[in-house]
Amino acid sequence: MSNKETLTGAEALIRSLEMENVEIMFGLPGGCILPAYDPLLKSSIRHILVRHEQGAGHMAQGYAHVTGRPGVAMVTSGPAATNMVTPLCDAFMDSIPMICITGQVPTTAIGTDAFQECDTVGITRSVTKHNELIMHPDDIPMAVRQAFHIATTGRPGPVLLDVPKDVLQNTMTWTWPTDEEVIASLPGYKPTTKGHPKMIKEAAKLILASEKPLLYIGGGVLKARAADVVRELAELLQIPVVTTLMARGAFPDSHPLCLGMPGMHGNATAITAMQKSDLLINFGARFDDRVTGKVSTFAPDAKVIHVDIDPAEQGKVRKPDVPIVGDCRIVVEEILKSVQELLAEGSTQVNIDPWRSKVSGWREKFPVAYDQSEPGGRLKPQFCLEKLRDAAPEGTIVVSGVGQHQMWTSLFWKFNEPYTWVNSGGLGTMGFSVPAAIGAKAARPDRTVWAIDGDGCFQMTAQELVTASTEGIHIKVAILNNTYLGMVRQWQEMFYGERYSEVNLAGCPDFVKWAEAMGCVGIRVDSVEEIDGAIELANSINDRSVVIDFRVEEFEKVFPMVPAGQSNDDVLLHPSQESDRGLLR
Amino acid sequence: MRTINSNNPFGDSHQHHVLSVLVQNRPGVLARVSGLFARRGYNIYSLAVAPTDDVDYSRITIVVDISATPLEQIVKQLFKLIDVVRITELDPRKSVERELMLATVRIDGEHRGQIVELANIFEAKVLAVGSDAISLSMDGTPEKIDDFEELLKGYGIVESQRTGRVALPKLEREARKGALKGKAS
Ligand SMILES: Cc1ncc(C[n+]2csc(CCOP(=O)(O)OP(=O)(O)O)c2C)c(N)n1
Ligand SMILES: [Mg+2]
Repeated sequence: MSNKETLTGAEALIRSLEMENVEIMFGLPGGCILPAYDPLLKSSIRHILVRHEQGAGHMAQGYAHVTGRPGVAMVTSGPAATNMVTPLCDAFMDSIPMICITGQVPTTAIGTDAFQECDTVGITRSVTKHNELIMHPDDIPMAVRQAFHIATTGRPGPVLLDVPKDVLQNTMTWTWPTDEEVIASLPGYKPTTKGHPKMIKEAAKLILASEKPLLYIGGGVLKARAADVVRELAELLQIPVVTTLMARGAFPDSHPLCLGMPGMHGNATAITAMQKSDLLINFGARFDDRVTGKVSTFAPDAKVIHVDIDPAEQGKVRKPDVPIVGDCRIVVEEILKSVQELLAEGSTQVNIDPWRSKVSGWREKFPVAYDQSEPGGRLKPQFCLEKLRDAAPEGTIVVSGVGQHQMWTSLFWKFNEPYTWVNSGGLGTMGFSVPAAIGAKAARPDRTVWAIDGDGCFQMTAQELVTASTEGIHIKVAILNNTYLGMVRQWQEMFYGERYSEVNLAGCPDFVKWAEAMGCVGIRVDSVEEIDGAIELANSINDRSVVIDFRVEEFEKVFPMVPAGQSNDDVLLHPSQESDRGLLR
Repeated sequence: MRTINSNNPFGDSHQHHVLSVLVQNRPGVLARVSGLFARRGYNIYSLAVAPTDDVDYSRITIVVDISATPLEQIVKQLFKLIDVVRITELDPRKSVERELMLATVRIDGEHRGQIVELANIFEAKVLAVGSDAISLSMDGTPEKIDDFEELLKGYGIVESQRTGRVALPKLEREARKGALKGKAS
C-alpha cells in the first residue's frame, strides 16, 4: 500500500498552508526556519520578504483586516520570534485572525540555550489566542488545521506555531485531518454562535420599549460580517448608531443615523448620546476604557444589551441587563426577526422622535471643528485630511498609525464602507500603518490604500517601503508631520503645565529623500497652495509608492477630549464650542 | 509585597473559592493556567495537579482568594484557554476535600509521648523518629490539617509541607448513579 506519501515536515507545513488556501504570506528566513523556505520555492503561495519581522506581523494584520481571512507570517527563531511579539499582541487586542509560524532550535537542543533559542511559546502565551510547540512532523497538518480553526472562529485572534528545525527536516506520512477530527481534537473549544432565544426576545422587547435607544457597535460587527443586518435593524427602528474606533465604516458615516465615533477623542454628539441614552444596544464592542471614560459615571441611566461572542466580555466592565453570547451576525439577525415578529403581532415601538431630534440638535451644534489657519500660516492637519479624503477614489482603504493623526483621521475621514479602515486600536502600536497598509494593498490590489501616518510612527517602520517597492505593492503615505510626538506633546501641554519632555522630533530626517532612497516618490507640502497638486500627483502614480510629507502646525490639539479617568460628561470641546456646552444637557 | 486584586491571602476562608479545572493533559497547560492568574492579577492560594483516570486529561484544583465578581471573570478567562475542558466551582459544603501534610517537629524527651498521642488523635502517621525530631504525615480535610499544624507549632515545627487541597463534588444520593455513568466530558 503505497498511496501514502512521505514528506518532510517542511513540505508538510507548506502543503498544509496551501490546503488552508493561503495565497500570500509575509516573512523573513533564518537558521531554524530555513528548511521551510525551500519547499516555498515551488509553492503556489506568494511570499513577501520584509525588512523587519514586526513588519511581517503588521502586514499579516492589514491583510486580515481587509479580507477577514487570517494573515500569515513566517519567521525564524529567537530574535525574529521576539520581533513578532508586538504584532501578535496587537492582533490579540484587536481580535485579528492571524497565523504566525516561528522556527525553533532542534528538539534535541531545546533547553540548552542554543544559538537563537528562546522560549517562544512561553513569551507569546499571553499575547496569542493559542500557541503550540510542534514536537513531531506527523503532528504538523493537525496543528495547522487547529491553528486556522482557532484563529478564525469564536472571537478571532492570533495563533502561533513554533516548529523546531529537526521537525521540519524529518519525514512524515502525509494525511489531512477531517473537520470532525479537528473538532474532536479540541474538546475544550466550542464557541457559542447562536444567541439564547429567551434573551433575544428580551432584547427585542427592550429595544421597542426604549425612549432613547442607541446602537453602540464595535469591531465584532465587522468580524462577524454583520454590517448589513445592523443597518437593517437601525433603519427599521430609526435608532442612532455610534461606531467605535474599531468599527469605523461598519455603519456609513454618510447615513443620517450615524453619529460617528464615541470615546476619549470621539465627537461630542456620540459621547453625549451614550451618556444620555436609556438603552445601549452593544453589538460586538467591549466597553473599552477609551469609550467609557470613568466607568462609574458612564451612561448612568442606560440599560444594556450586550451581544458578544466572548462570554468573558459579558459583565467585565459593565453589567448587562440582557447578555447575549453569540456571533454578532447570527444574533442581530435573530433580534431583527424577533422585533419584526413583535411588530407584526401588534406591538409598537415607543416614540423616539424627541430623542432623535435632541441628537440631531447636538449634531448640528457640535460638528467636529478646527480653526482654519491664517493666510500664510502653517498647514492644519485636519485640512490636509479633508483634502485627501475629498480626492480619494471610492473604496479607498485608510490605514493609520497611532497618535493625533489617528484620531483626526477617524474624526475627519468619511467611512462609508466596511473594511476600509485599518488601525491599531487596543494596543495603539506606533509603526502600525506602513506595514499594515502594505498588507492591505497586497490583499486588495484594486484599491487605493492611503497610510495616514505621524512623523514619529513613520520612523518606526518606514523601512517596509523598501518591501513595498521591491514587491511592487504600491501604497500611498501621508505623513502629518508636526515634528512632535504630538499626542504626548498634547498631554504635556494640557496636564503637565506645558513642560515638554522628550517629545520634539524636529530637524531630521528629510522624509522626501528617505522616500526616494526606498524607491518611492517623495513630495513635500509646506503651504496650502501646494496641497491639491501634491495629492493629485500622488493619486495619479500607480507604479510606485508615494510619500507626502505634510509640514503641519506643531501645536494643534485633538478635540473633543475626555481626559483619562474622567467622566464623559466633562468632555473638553473645541474652544469655539465651549460656550454652548450647556446644550449638551 | 502587595498583590493586585487579592485581599487577605490567608484567613477569611469565605473568600476562598475552590476551582476544579479539567484540562487536556498537554505540555504547557499548567503554565497557561497559572500564567493567566498572574496576568490578570489574581493570587493562587494553593494548586494541585495530576492526571485523571483518563491520562489524556488532568485535573487542576485551584484555591483562589477573591470575591465573587472577579471570580466569575477569572473563570470565564480560564475557559477561554483552548486546553481547558471544564471548570467547576466546588462549594465546600457540597464537595469532599483532602489535603496532605508532612511535618518534622522538634522533640525533647518529655514531649515525645505527647506528640505521638496527638498524632494518634489526628490519625497522623509517624514516618521517622530521630533523637531530637520526629516526622509525621497526615491527610484529611484542610481544616483538620490547620488544627493539627496549629497544635504542632507549639512544639516547634522544623519543616513542613502541605500539598494544597484536592477536591471532588460530593455525590448526592440520588445523583450517584447518573454521575458514575456520565464520565468526564
Ligand atoms: C510603540 C509605541 N511607543 C510609544 C507610544 C506612545 N505614543 C502614543 S502616540 C505617540 C506619539 C506619536 O507621534 P507621531 O507618530 O508623530 O503622531 P502624532 O501624535 O504627532 O500625530 C506616542 C509616543 C505608542 N503608542 N506606541
Ligand atoms: Mg507627530
